[in-house]
Amino acid sequence: MTPAEIHQHLIARFGDRITGVKLDVLDPWVEVAPVALLEVAGHLRHDPALAFDLLTNLTGVDYCEPDPKKAAKFGHEPHLEVVYHLFSFPHRHHVVLKVKLPRWHDDQPGQLPRLDSVSGIWAIADWHEREAYDLLGIDFTGHPNLRRILCAEDWVGHPLRKDYEFPLEYHGIRGR
Amino acid sequence: MTWLDGRFEENLIVTTLEQGMNWARQSSIWPMTFGLACCAIEMMAAGASRFDLDRFGAGAFRATPRQADLMIVAGTVTFKMASRVRRLYEQMPDPKYVIAMGACTVGGGPYFKWGYHVVKGVDLVVPVDVYVPGCPPRPEALLEGLMRIQDKIKARRVGKVTGTAGPGRQGEKIFDELPVPHHSGCATRPELLEV
Ligand code: SF4
Repeated sequence: MTPAEIHQHLIARFGDRITGVKLDVLDPWVEVAPVALLEVAGHLRHDPALAFDLLTNLTGVDYCEPDPKKAAKFGHEPHLEVVYHLFSFPHRHHVVLKVKLPRWHDDQPGQLPRLDSVSGIWAIADWHEREAYDLLGIDFTGHPNLRRILCAEDWVGHPLRKDYEFPLEYHGIRGR
Repeated sequence: MTWLDGRFEENLIVTTLEQGMNWARQSSIWPMTFGLACCAIEMMAAGASRFDLDRFGAGAFRATPRQADLMIVAGTVTFKMASRVRRLYEQMPDPKYVIAMGACTVGGGPYFKWGYHVVKGVDLVVPVDVYVPGCPPRPEALLEGLMRIQDKIKARRVGKVTGTAGPGRQGEKIFDELPVPHHSGCATRPELLEV
C-alpha cells in the first residue's frame, strides 16, 4: 500500500483520531492522537492488509527553542513528538507515525508527559522507549521496566530536552 | 664501555640494584585491557603487529587490574564510567602509571562544551602521568607516551640518603628525578644571556 492508501485506511477506521498527514516528504507520516496510539498501533500490526511487523525506529523529538532571541523565528509551538518508523515484511511498505505530546503533563514543569507504551505490540519498543524516557523524559505507561538505559540511575533531568541544564558536579567530579 | 670489555668472565653483568630493578620494571609494563571509545582502536593498533607495543615489553594486556602496571585510559570517560575507572585504578598494585590517551581524557575533547555526560579530563578522577593528545592520537604518539612512562620509571630512586637510617628508623628516601620530556619546550638549565 502507498502511504496515501494507508492514511485513507486509517481515516476510514479511526476517523478524527488520525489528526494529520504529510505525504510530499521522503518519509510520509501520519499523525495520531495520543489517546488512540495503542489502538492504531495494534491495528497496524495485526491487520492482514497492513501487517507492520517491524518497528524499525522509535524516537522522540523536542520542539523547543530556549533562546528567547531565536524563539520568534522558531515556527513551532513547544511540544514533544514521538516518531515511530514502521515496515512490513509481507507487504514491503513503510509508514511513519507521529504523536504530539505536551512538553509537560498538565503544563506543570517536572511532570513527565504520558503516552501508552507499544512494547506489548513490538517487543523492540522496550529499549527504545527506555531511551526516549531517559533522554527526553516521556513516561510510557504500561512499559514493563521503565528505567534509565544510558544515563546513570541517579541522573537528574533528561539531557536531550532543549532547556536541559548541564550538571555542574556529579558525585564530586566537576562537570565543566 | 670499552674500559669494561674483556675484564670479566662470560655471563657476568655489573649493575646497581636500582638500575636493575628499574630496567626490569620499565621493560615489562603490563597495561590493563580496557578501551572506552574510538581511541581504543588506535590503542589496539599500537598493540598489533604493525606498531607492536610488545617491542617495549608492554604488549601483555592484562584483563585484571591486579596484574597491571599501566592504565591506558583510551577514550571518552563518562560520569557513569568515572567511578569504575577510579575503582580499577585503586585495584592496581603499586607502582602504577596512567596514560591519558586522546583529547577526551586529556580535557573533554569534542565533548567539552556540550557533553553533559563527559568528565572533562580523566585527571579529575585519577592522577595522570603522561598525557597523549590527539583525536585519536596515532599509535606512534602512544608509543611516545609509553617511552615517557619508561623514562619516569628509569628515574625512580630506591636508595636512601646516606646516614639517615638507623636501628628502628627508616631512612630518608631520595626523591625521584623527574625527567623533562625533550618535546616539552621546558629548559632545565636556562641559558644565561649576556647583554
Ligand atoms: S579523543 Fe577523539 S578519538 Fe579519542 S575517544 Fe575522544 S573522540 Fe574518540
